[in-house]
Parts: sequence; C-alpha cells; structure tokens
Amino acid sequence: MSADLSQGPVCPVPLSHRDNIIIGHGSGGKLTHDLIKNVFGKWFTNTYLDQGDDAARLPLPAGELSVSTDAHVVKPLFFPGGDIGKLAVCGTVNDVAMLGAVPLYLTTSFVLEEGFAIAELDCIVHSMADTAKEAGVFIIAGDTKVVEKGKADGVYISTTGVGVIPASQKQQISGRSARAGDAVIISGTLGDHGIAILSARNELAFDVALESDAAPLNGMIQSLLQAGCDIHVLRDPTRGGLATTLIEIANQSKVHISIDEVDIPVKGPVKAACEMLGFDPLFLANEGKLIVILPQDQAARAIDTMRAHPYGKDAAVIGRVSSAGADAPEVMLVTPYGSTRMLTMLAGEILPRIC
Amino acid sequence: MKYTEEFRDAARVKELAAELRQITRNPWVIMEICGGQTHSFMHYGIDQLLPPQVELVHGPGCPVCVTPLEMIDKAIALASDPNFILASFGDMLRVPGSKGDLFSVRAAGGAVKVVYSPLDAVQLARQNPDKQVVFFAIGFETTTPPNALSIIQAEALGLKNFSLLVSQVRVPQAMEAILSSPANRVQGFLAAGHVCAIMGYWEYPPIAEKYRVPIAVTGFEPVDLLIGLIDVIRMLENHQTGVVNSYPRAVTEAGNQAAQTAINRVFQPADRTWRGIGSIPMSGFSLKPEFAQFDAEKRFDIGHIQTREAEVCIAGKILQGVMKPPQCPAFGRECTPENPLGAPMVSNEGACSAYYRYRKGV
Repeated sequence: MSADLSQGPVCPVPLSHRDNIIIGHGSGGKLTHDLIKNVFGKWFTNTYLDQGDDAARLPLPAGELSVSTDAHVVKPLFFPGGDIGKLAVCGTVNDVAMLGAVPLYLTTSFVLEEGFAIAELDCIVHSMADTAKEAGVFIIAGDTKVVEKGKADGVYISTTGVGVIPASQKQQISGRSARAGDAVIISGTLGDHGIAILSARNELAFDVALESDAAPLNGMIQSLLQAGCDIHVLRDPTRGGLATTLIEIANQSKVHISIDEVDIPVKGPVKAACEMLGFDPLFLANEGKLIVILPQDQAARAIDTMRAHPYGKDAAVIGRVSSAGADAPEVMLVTPYGSTRMLTMLAGEILPRIC
Repeated sequence: MKYTEEFRDAARVKELAAELRQITRNPWVIMEICGGQTHSFMHYGIDQLLPPQVELVHGPGCPVCVTPLEMIDKAIALASDPNFILASFGDMLRVPGSKGDLFSVRAAGGAVKVVYSPLDAVQLARQNPDKQVVFFAIGFETTTPPNALSIIQAEALGLKNFSLLVSQVRVPQAMEAILSSPANRVQGFLAAGHVCAIMGYWEYPPIAEKYRVPIAVTGFEPVDLLIGLIDVIRMLENHQTGVVNSYPRAVTEAGNQAAQTAINRVFQPADRTWRGIGSIPMSGFSLKPEFAQFDAEKRFDIGHIQTREAEVCIAGKILQGVMKPPQCPAFGRECTPENPLGAPMVSNEGACSAYYRYRKGV
C-alpha cells in the first residue's frame, strides 16, 4: 500500500494505546501496569498471584513434581471450539497430567505484536481463565513482552505447568511402562482439531461443521485413577497424531503395538476431509484426546469410567501391546481385511502449522 | 463417504480375494500403471491377499518421479530469481534436483508457492502484476486439462505475467516403451483409472493387440483393485488379450469430452524425456505455437543447465518395473523420505515411498 502523496507528506495515524498494543505496553512502566490491571488482572486473580511479588509463594502437597512447558503459536487465534488461550492452558495441563499428576499451577508469558487489538487479548485471557478454572489450576505468575509490528503473528503464549504426583500413587505412569498383554484405549474421535483448524483458515475448498476438541483431560485421568485402574501409559496424541504417539511409546517401552482400523473412532466430516485432501486421520493433531494403556483385564473398567466423562463419550479399545519381535519395536495397523501395514513417522509436515 | 466405503467393504474384499485365488493357476507378472494404485495396494495391504503366483510390479505413473531433472533444475533457477514467483503442487518441492530442491530455494528466500490448482496460480499472477508467475505444469493426462484451463483463463484475462513450465506426459506411450523393452517382464496391465476417466480407453486396444497383453482399466479402492486383477488374470489364464473396463463407474470408452477439448485447444503431442527412462517419442504434450507467450521455456532464458543424478539411485529401473525398491542398495539407508536421492522416495505416488512407509522391513 502506498500513501497518497498528493497532499504532501503524511504521518500514519498513531495507534491508540486504549485499543491496540503499542511498544510502550512492554516497557514495564505505566502502560504495562495499566495492561496488567485492565486485562490480566481482570481475569487472572487468585491468592497466589495477587500477592504481587516477583515470584509466587506456593504450598506443595507431598509427592513428586510433574513439570512441563509449551509454546503456542496457532493460526487463526480463534477457531471453532477454542482459541489460543484455551490451547495454551489445555496443552500444558494435559502434559503435566500425563504422569498421573494433579496439575496445580501454571505460569504464562505473552509475546504480543505491536498493533494487536486489546479487545482480542481480553478474549484470549478470559478464555485462559475459564479453562484454568475448569482444570482446577491457578495461574500464579506471568510476563508480557511486546515486539515491533511484523516481528510476530499477533500473540504467542508460553505456559509452564506444575503438578504433583501424590505420594500414594504406586504405579510409574510413563511412556516406558507399556507391557505385553496391555490394551490400548483412545478417549474419542481422531483428527477433529487438525481439520477444524484447516477449515477455520479457509484452506479447505469446502465447509466442515466441526469443532476443535481442545479440552483439559486431568479430570478424566483422575476419574480413572480413582476407579482403581492400574494405568501403565497416558499420552495425549497432539502433533503427529495417534500414529506418531504410539510409535514413540513403542520405542520407549520396546514393545510391539497393533491397532485395529475398524475400531478407531473418526467422525464423518473428518473422514470426508481426509479423503478429499489425502490426509490420514491417524496423523492429524488432537488437543483433547487421551491414549490409555493398561492391563487387558482392566480395559472394560477404564472404558466405563471414560465414557461417563464428557470428554470420553466415544472411548474405545483400539489395540494391544505385545513383546517386540526379533526386529525393532513397531506399530502395526490391522486393516478390515486382516492384512497389516506398518505405521511410520511422516518425514515432514503434512499440514501447515497447526499448534 | 458413500461411493468409497462400499468399495472398501471387508466382506466383499475377502470374497474377491478368494475368487482371485481360485482362478489363478499360473505365475503372472502384472503392472499397475499408476502410483496411486501402488499406494492403495500397500496402504490397504491388498498385496498380502493375493495368490503367491501373482507378482505385482509398479509402473511409471508417478508424476513427480518422471519429471526430468533438467525441468526441476529450470524450476529451481526460475524460483531463485527475485522477479519470479514459482507456483507448484506441494509434492514437487522435496524432489531433489541436481543441487538441492525447491524447499531449499524457498528457505533461501525464493518465492515458491504451493497451490492446489493451476487456477490458483492464475490468481497469484493477477495479485502480483509486478512479478512473473510460472506454474510448474507437471503430470499425466489428469493434470493436463486444468493446466489447459489456466492458459485459457490467463488469455481471457489478458495476463502478461503468467506462464507454464510444461512437463506433461502421457500414459499409452509409456506403456509401449515398457512393452518394447528387451528387459520387459510385464504380462498384463492395470491401466490408470483416473487417466482413463479423462482420456477414455480408446487408445489402448491397439497396444493390447500389438503386444498381445490384457489391459484392465482399474480404479483405486480395494474392491476396484481386486476386480481389475481378476479381469486381467482371467484373460491371461484363458490366453486372451484386449481391453476391459473394470472401472465403469468412472470411465467410459470416449472419456471426458470437455476435458479433451480443453487439452486439444492448448496442447499438442510432443516428445518428452522421462526421468530415469529417457526420451520417448510423442509421450507428452507441449503448448501449441499460438500459446508460445505462455511457455516459460520459450519466454525466459533459463541458461545452460548441467544436470547430475545421484549415481546409486535405480529409479529408472523401478519406474519401468524391472526392479523393486528393496533391491536398491540405497533404499532405507542413504535414501529415505527425509533425505531422498530419487523422486520415487518423495512422492505420495512413488513406489519407494510406498515400500518405505508401509513395509519398512521388507
């Protein structure tokens, strides 16, 4: 775009610091304080954060810590079923919970692009607060930086989570703990997030009525533990999808995993979109799905518990673990025809950046 | 999903596999022309359901695999020029040229845009009047009609900054080249269903007659593949030759007239070089002289291109059905999808990629 020079040199209209992020919001001065008060303070408020010190002083129940961190750079920032704020909380809460921990605290940092609408930031922060509340975690510290226009894509959010693995928990829940004879369970349909994001970007030549599955999974995990399930592995199949995550588990545990294609739940619109675009739902990203691996004889109890939970309505047993053969650990898919194909990690991106 | 699931029905597939086992008495070598069919065989594990006498060899029907190295080097040269935008199907970006691929050009700041249709490239030209937009027009008879339409549209819009880097190839001439080679082992063909949906199958009876082979026009779903195989093997067992349409829900003998009209308006048959195979007479298309202003090779001086292939790669033999991917010393070692030495390891339609993805241990 070129300026109209017929009326002499012109200055661009300055951005209003009431409506848009300006560099001064990251200065640490008055504007920073206003932003904290009017946006972050409005939604993030709890005993720990409100102490107002440089760090938060926190009580810690007995047990081991579970800590994880994640950076979030999704495009678009708002999409059916969620937004970057919800993703930033769910992503880290879920990672912390995958050791069987109770997530307790989150810290967060924002990189904001100059010119970003404060109203949008407000929506995002609101969404983070709501999701944190649902997950039962406190956002106890945060930081904001502003970069020049064009040096970022609206907003980037990093979150770090801390949880506690109760001292009473005996099992070592880990990607290394899958054993021959275990069942493999998935909590619901695959690929909803990946296709919803593509659709929200208008990158599909057709409309898809589909919402991202972004959700905190710690509630369902606690229900499983309270039901007495002897869980060996918990993992959320995010980037890379179910296939990549199972390959990671097979490698970590040095086992063979086989899954049955007919039992894997995939929604009609996701199947149709994959068919049109040549994607495989097994490799699409999910943001609210859980893989549970536990002894075969406990599978029915786990399924009942998960189906009773709003995020596990479509839970299904999809496969089993056996000891690795002479070859390397591997993941095999059994087709409806009884033939098999090996699942291997994709060489590169199948999709543009999605989370 | 109707129209796909009924052709993936497990009971029907098992029934057809049993029928195929029952009718097969002798050993036969069958080539599926299209890389999409190769991937379907491997993806659904249909190859595991076949009687042991049936050997599948994989054909040259992988558009990025057969695009000659020189054309890729030309695309790289154009994309590296700041006055150009090179638009391409995504598959092409990781295919190795003599030095690097289009991905590395993009990483170095070159304007390489992935599009899903050549008409999107026409849009790019409209939106970027100060750049020359070149679409890398590769592929078989299936991509030729949309590429022709892009020229018709660009001409109607009076665009001066749109052109095609043409590397269009045709299936029937490649089949003849395979059949007339002294190394040929192929006894029957599954013809490429999608190509026939465009072109019909009127071009095939003379080939079946001349080389005494049966040809079945075949689709891509598990049921389609098995029906195609049953039709070809039945003819082989009965010492028959000829062409049978095993994919009638998509293919007619005459093909898609509108698509053929678009092709004939813009393109004319021409000799083409196939990567790994060599030059085959009249095996492709070039733009007609009256569309020379849309021909990137004629419009722009791309300079002298010195090509260099990876010495160890046996892509040419694989594309002709003479060898299979695991017979290559580099397969799964120096050559992987992350670091492909040859195009068949890159593409979703390449035989090496199919073997690597679905049968790594083979």
